[in-house]
Amino acid sequence: MPPALAVHDVAKRYGRIEALKGVDLAVESGELVGLLGPNGAGKSTLVKIACGLIRASRGRAEICGAPAGSPSARAALGYLAELFRFPGWYSADEVLRLHQRLVASHGGQSERHELLELVGLAEAHRVRVDAMSKGMQQRLGIAQALVGSPQVLLLDEPTSALDPAGRRTVRALLEELRRRNIGVLLNSHLLSEIELVCDRVVILSHGAVVAAGTPGELSRPRGVEIETDRGFQHFANAGRDDVPALVENLVAEGRRVYGVRVLATSLEEEYLHAVGGDDA
Amino acid sequence: MRAVPIIALYALQEALRRRIFHVVLVLTALYLALYWLGADTAFEEVQRFEGGGLPVEEKELTGGTLFGLSMFGTLFLGAVLAAFLTLGVVRGDAERGLLQPLVVRPIGRSALLVGRFLGAAAVCVPYVFAVFTVCALITRAAGGWWPDQFLRPGAELAAGVLVIAVLGLLGSVFLSATANGIAIFMVFGAGLVAGLLGQIGEALDSDTLQTVAERTSWALPFEALYQDALYRITAESRGFTGLAIQLGPFGGSQSAGANLHLWVAAYFAAALGLTLAAFSRKDL
Repeated sequence: MPPALAVHDVAKRYGRIEALKGVDLAVESGELVGLLGPNGAGKSTLVKIACGLIRASRGRAEICGAPAGSPSARAALGYLAELFRFPGWYSADEVLRLHQRLVASHGGQSERHELLELVGLAEAHRVRVDAMSKGMQQRLGIAQALVGSPQVLLLDEPTSALDPAGRRTVRALLEELRRRNIGVLLNSHLLSEIELVCDRVVILSHGAVVAAGTPGELSRPRGVEIETDRGFQHFANAGRDDVPALVENLVAEGRRVYGVRVLATSLEEEYLHAVGGDDA
Repeated sequence: MRAVPIIALYALQEALRRRIFHVVLVLTALYLALYWLGADTAFEEVQRFEGGGLPVEEKELTGGTLFGLSMFGTLFLGAVLAAFLTLGVVRGDAERGLLQPLVVRPIGRSALLVGRFLGAAAVCVPYVFAVFTVCALITRAAGGWWPDQFLRPGAELAAGVLVIAVLGLLGSVFLSATANGIAIFMVFGAGLVAGLLGQIGEALDSDTLQTVAERTSWALPFEALYQDALYRITAESRGFTGLAIQLGPFGGSQSAGANLHLWVAAYFAAALGLTLAAFSRKDL
């Protein structure tokens, strides 16, 4: 079975500017992949190529085995753009109804109700878009992307306008999508969000992948910290496997041990390291 | 093409709910009221006019001139409507973020554009026919005059507005909404100037001016359609009356011959084809 999203050696050039320099990336069904990178790294360009909004200068992108931009790729795809808007005179229900027609979904009222409930807008189904807050519009955008039960979801900054409660709703939604076996590519600046929900992370910088792996794989060990009756002791070169021996030695020396913490770099630190620190 | 009627309905709903449409309706009501006042006054005044010794039929001259003027107004209002409904269809909507959620759906870019065009046409064509008909009825009520041909000139005006709409659609692929709006009105103005040049050329018997006017009118066929429509409303006028009407305001009437409609169809197909080709390759 082909991956939900596969990107092979994709490059994009705008005149003299090389926005992408041969990117490889895959998102399996039921996998949540976070796409990170500083402004101008090429994240949105990559997502737009996968959607068929932009043509790649080189390489290919496929959605469930179909070339990006083809009708079958689009039928399998849900997309939330970074900058999007719905006509202000449409209600939330009408927006979803339009998209149901466009994807030939037979879900009807029950699908619309389920999607609005999923994003916390069930009570607002008759509210017009121009009367909605930015956060409500963003939630509606996510619901719109889910119309027709797509197999792949490309979300470009889906939580940028959301308050903490809204972000929690989206996190729960992403976990629900994983349960439904939908592959998700999540482009976001919010590292904490990515770290909390994503199975894998891909970091782009200057149009190239500079780091990729699970959040655990990306982090580097920073030693072990043990709290004893004499305060905190730091063992810089130790790792998780060294903890039993370290504790045993301390107890043998007559120390009382209250806590042990295996230290590792955070995703943020790894991200800054990968993209070159300050220019992130 | 399954999505064409869905997008056309979407475009139609958008057009009818936009404030600009309501503004156009109010302006149209004012325009028609003014036309009524003007037509009523003109026919009243002309009854007192002795013709200055010239062999003219006052009622025909007045009716033809007034209705010709109203056709220019109708074309102008239709062009305004067509421009506003198409100027931001691609780049304008993409910049506002309205286009991307639609384009990624499995509908095809051609279906999206054709649907948007049909939505605009569904507003513009009935609008032009309605204003054209009301103006004809006002002219008849004010002075008892009725055009020699009615349906064909109305259809030609509507076709002229559709040409402007397709040019607006083409411009929207390359230009931002504001720049495209300016471009459409400049093109419209160029057509108007071509008509005036033709009139001047005819009055001065200048072949050069007439050739320039004719070629420009065919390059911008909404102008050729308008001139042919003007010709058809007084097609049976003869002698000095016919000549006076021909030199009427905003471009003289010219019979374009049988090839005009073929040319307009080819021009329209080429413009639409170019728009579809450009949009299919456009990065959004």
